[in-house]
Amino acid sequence: MTDLIRLTADEMADALAAKDISSLELTRAHLERIAAVDGGVHAFLHVDGEGALAAARTIDERRSAGEALPRLAGVPIGVKDVMATKGLPTTCGSKILQGWVPPYDATLVTRLRQSGLPILGKLNMDEFAMGSSTEHSAYGPTHNPWDLERIPGGSGGGSAACVGSYQAPLAIGTDTGGSIRQPAAVTGTVGTKPTYGGVSRFGLVALASSLDQAGPCTRTVLDAALLHEVIGGYDPMDSTSIDAPVPPVVEAARRADVSGMRIGIVRELTGEGFQAGVQKRFDEAVEHLVDAGAEVVEVSCPSFTYALAAYYLILPSEASSNLARFDAMRYGLRVWPSDDASAEQVMAATRAAGFGDEVKRRIILGTYALSSGYYDAYYGSAQKVRRLIYDDFASAFERADVLVSPTSPTTAFRFGEKMTDPMSMYLQDIATIPANLAGVPGMSVPSGLADEDGLPAGFQILAPATRDERLYAVGAALEQRLDAAWGGPLLDRAPTLASAFSGAMGSSYADARDGEGR
Amino acid sequence: MATTTTTEVTIPFVEALAAYEPVLGLEVHVELNTATKMFCGCATEFGAEPNSQVCPVCLGLPGALPVLNEKGVESAIRIGLALGCEIAPWCRFARKNYFYPDMPKNFQTSQYDEPISHDGHLDVELEDGSTYRVEIERAHMEEDTGKSLHIGGATGRIHGATHSLVDYNRAGIPLIEIVTKPMVGAGERAPEVARAYVAALRDIVKALGVSDARMDQGSMRCDVNVSLMPKGADRFGTRSETKNVNSLRSVERAVRYEIERHAAVLASGGSVVQETRHWHEDTGVTTSGRVKSDADDYRYFPEPDLVPIAPSAELVESLRATLPENPALRRRRLQSSWGYSDLEMRDVVNAGLVETIGETVAAGASPAGARKWWSGEVARRANAAGTDVVPYAASVGVTAAHVAELEGLISSGRLNDRMARDVWDGVLAGEGTPTQVADARGLRLVEDSGAIEGAVEKVIAANPDIATKVRDGKVQAAGALIGQVMKELKGQGDAAAVRALILARLTGAPSAE
Amino acid sequence: MPELTRADVAHLAGLARIAMTDDELDRMVGELGIILESVAKVQQAPIEGVEPMSHPLPLTNVNRPDAVHPSLSAAAALAGAPEVDQQRFSVPRILDEE
Ligand SMILES: [Zn+2]
Repeated sequence: MTDLIRLTADEMADALAAKDISSLELTRAHLERIAAVDGGVHAFLHVDGEGALAAARTIDERRSAGEALPRLAGVPIGVKDVMATKGLPTTCGSKILQGWVPPYDATLVTRLRQSGLPILGKLNMDEFAMGSSTEHSAYGPTHNPWDLERIPGGSGGGSAACVGSYQAPLAIGTDTGGSIRQPAAVTGTVGTKPTYGGVSRFGLVALASSLDQAGPCTRTVLDAALLHEVIGGYDPMDSTSIDAPVPPVVEAARRADVSGMRIGIVRELTGEGFQAGVQKRFDEAVEHLVDAGAEVVEVSCPSFTYALAAYYLILPSEASSNLARFDAMRYGLRVWPSDDASAEQVMAATRAAGFGDEVKRRIILGTYALSSGYYDAYYGSAQKVRRLIYDDFASAFERADVLVSPTSPTTAFRFGEKMTDPMSMYLQDIATIPANLAGVPGMSVPSGLADEDGLPAGFQILAPATRDERLYAVGAALEQRLDAAWGGPLLDRAPTLASAFSGAMGSSYADARDGEGR
Repeated sequence: MATTTTTEVTIPFVEALAAYEPVLGLEVHVELNTATKMFCGCATEFGAEPNSQVCPVCLGLPGALPVLNEKGVESAIRIGLALGCEIAPWCRFARKNYFYPDMPKNFQTSQYDEPISHDGHLDVELEDGSTYRVEIERAHMEEDTGKSLHIGGATGRIHGATHSLVDYNRAGIPLIEIVTKPMVGAGERAPEVARAYVAALRDIVKALGVSDARMDQGSMRCDVNVSLMPKGADRFGTRSETKNVNSLRSVERAVRYEIERHAAVLASGGSVVQETRHWHEDTGVTTSGRVKSDADDYRYFPEPDLVPIAPSAELVESLRATLPENPALRRRRLQSSWGYSDLEMRDVVNAGLVETIGETVAAGASPAGARKWWSGEVARRANAAGTDVVPYAASVGVTAAHVAELEGLISSGRLNDRMARDVWDGVLAGEGTPTQVADARGLRLVEDSGAIEGAVEKVIAANPDIATKVRDGKVQAAGALIGQVMKELKGQGDAAAVRALILARLTGAPSAE
Repeated sequence: MPELTRADVAHLAGLARIAMTDDELDRMVGELGIILESVAKVQQAPIEGVEPMSHPLPLTNVNRPDAVHPSLSAAAALAGAPEVDQQRFSVPRILDEE
């Protein structure tokens, strides 16, 4: 493993600006890393070595020509396969989109390109972002860099594992109920779900439109802020985009100042149901923040106990409608059940063959929740609970500047452990879901390793809508103190994968393969 | 689901109406003439190459998001206001979920329980001069679907086709769906009311300038709901929904046919099936379509990709200020100011000449003259060319100013009526303005009074018998003398002046001059 | 809440256009039953008189001007299509509705 790839994105940006390194070198180093370790991690569904190197060359040329470039220009990035990328396959981890190459870029992707970030490839995920383990990817699961026998979280396991295994310093994730934060927690990385409307959803293949939000997946809080600044901001192509400047996230991350800040511990999101080691690291993290000058208050959000239920009605309802477009007529898979099948039969056969079990479950559930006669009891009631949760946040934020909790109730579990019990899988998101329902921003930063299994645990910070900078102030302050306590970043203690895989895998990025056929 | 081609039993209209009261409901889709689609910036030009006006949004590509066309909302509000509707201070779009290949997202972005306008009415005038008030339930916004070509079937119809080819250019074009409340009490006039309502609606959206409202091109489409209830009953019967009835004449015929068909079913003790039906223009009948079932569960829910619409009172009032006069009221006002009879006005309206005559009168012509010139020769020629007067006039370059000029030449005494017709022929033939044509053809009334007097003397001398009759009081006999004088003057005399001179000469009545 | 039956699931699968084998239907009835029991908890929340919330953002009136933007080329629009004919998306025969 070269030292180059272990730099933070901020350090890489410094080195690029100082012309100590070129983007080409940096991009090549990451492609080599991908070739070396991704056989075991399987973070990528598609690697675009050629495209990334071409983008790197362009940035290097512009820099040599003396052009003033954006801060992260030349720093490579991986993008979750749920974002439309022009000319690059976009599958959402589903067979139904196998081979689909979008004719357009998501707004977020356009911003990455405009800011000069070479795109290394597309990252694995649970099919259509439904899941908490990436086991629901149609192309095989991603493995946790801390223990390859364990899940990296989901749905954005590819994004978290990618940065956690130094295959990229930065990645894009999306978070509908915790898909950025829970993977960050179980891989010892950082992930932010911005305020709903803070980052354009145009080109983000919708799971649940009123919950989805894209955000940064990184190894440090400052890196997340730098990336947040690139992808955030108003987009006229997204009706739900907030027409306001990006909150001052970078400044907040650099200052890392929590003095006088009121930290609210949510009673309903601690204690029972949370793994002991996870809870212990959380409690210690709170102590660190107190040391840093913050004040602790306890708040209660009683409606949060209904959040999971409301979420698993609202999400499937919206998803059942959003996923209706995958019908074999205009793009993607087409399956003929018989030679003279009708369009209706081809649609049904294609969706049967193209969707995995979890996707089918949620589509059927959502179809039920919206159907006449049941709408009020299910979808309608869930919408009312959503209002209660929103109100709970509003009153909690009157007493506290940020709310905190463990990100995920457990550390990374083993593959297969929860696949037969959907409800137990759903419980992984118990602490992350309320933020999506209310649209408020949230972040997960590493809180340490749980004593019982030595695996990473996450610390969740939630802030009022549009006050994303508070996440970064608290996250950076905690990171500083924990890194000091640990004598370096948590990820330094993760296994170095290179030795385990460089022998088994080819060493050239050219070997990095498509997700297909795995 | 085989096609039923056998003609169903009907009973004569009069008999049907003797036993049953028809209840109508009309759903009219009006395609707005915005430059772009409802939720994306794609152009909406009619007749473009297939799939050349599509983008990720209107193709329903994964990840694409809608953004509402501001002009679409304004047009919707203006239509609502013109129909006397209340404009909702807050409303939303909803998704109507069902699968169909011409619908890119497999849901239609529409409005469900929160339409932008509701509870209005439209008074329609019937042939007998009476008025029927149609209550409007709602007028809401939605998007159009793509268009399918059915291949392999014998007739190009969906039935028997092996596959279909879809063009999504139309997908996403803004539609306003205007839904009436049940229309009761029209009785035997129900077919006429239906037609008059659709015609009135067409006039309104055209006057608003929000739609071309071309039924032949599909920019205005009508679904006709018909049910019957026994006379004196207070519960509506089961209705049929006849889809895509696409001309005014068809609306009237389809309503009439469905009344006759329902009546036959009910009279034989059967019950009407709640279903959609297809109208066949050629045979004038409807055939059975899809039976309504619980599969029609559209699972409406608020569209999460769009935010609510909350038109401010200021916006609504500013749009109200742009409303044109109601076409029916305006027609009544114009008729009285032009002094036309009901019959004359109806001819003018049917020929689509209201605007043209208004312009012509404004340009200085008399209303009677304007009507005469436009609905005479021009209309005859337009008819022969198989087109309407207005497009015909435009195609040959005839304008309101030409008519006014021609009228001026007559009233100034330069041309008589016959000469004016010659001039008009020249104008229609593209020879120039009326003055230019008159000059080129040397047409001008004889103004030399000596020449006229000479001609009068000559004709009286040559016709002593007739002259005697006139002298004896048979004034109508002067007509023969006038004709001969005009002949002497080679048609370029002023007939009125000639008549006056003859009478003065023979009876001593004072001459006009 | 009435129990979800196998026929219900078959009906829902039809609405959602997903072909399902008998085995799948059986499995789905069981799984959905458990999930539904759990999500039905929303009905126990103190939601009486609460205004439903469909969206976390308090935005209204987000519009765009009626100005034409370039469309995709027909070639780009059709590039992902399973089948193309006469510059149109070729789709299987549409079920006869007449
Ligand atoms: Zn478009």
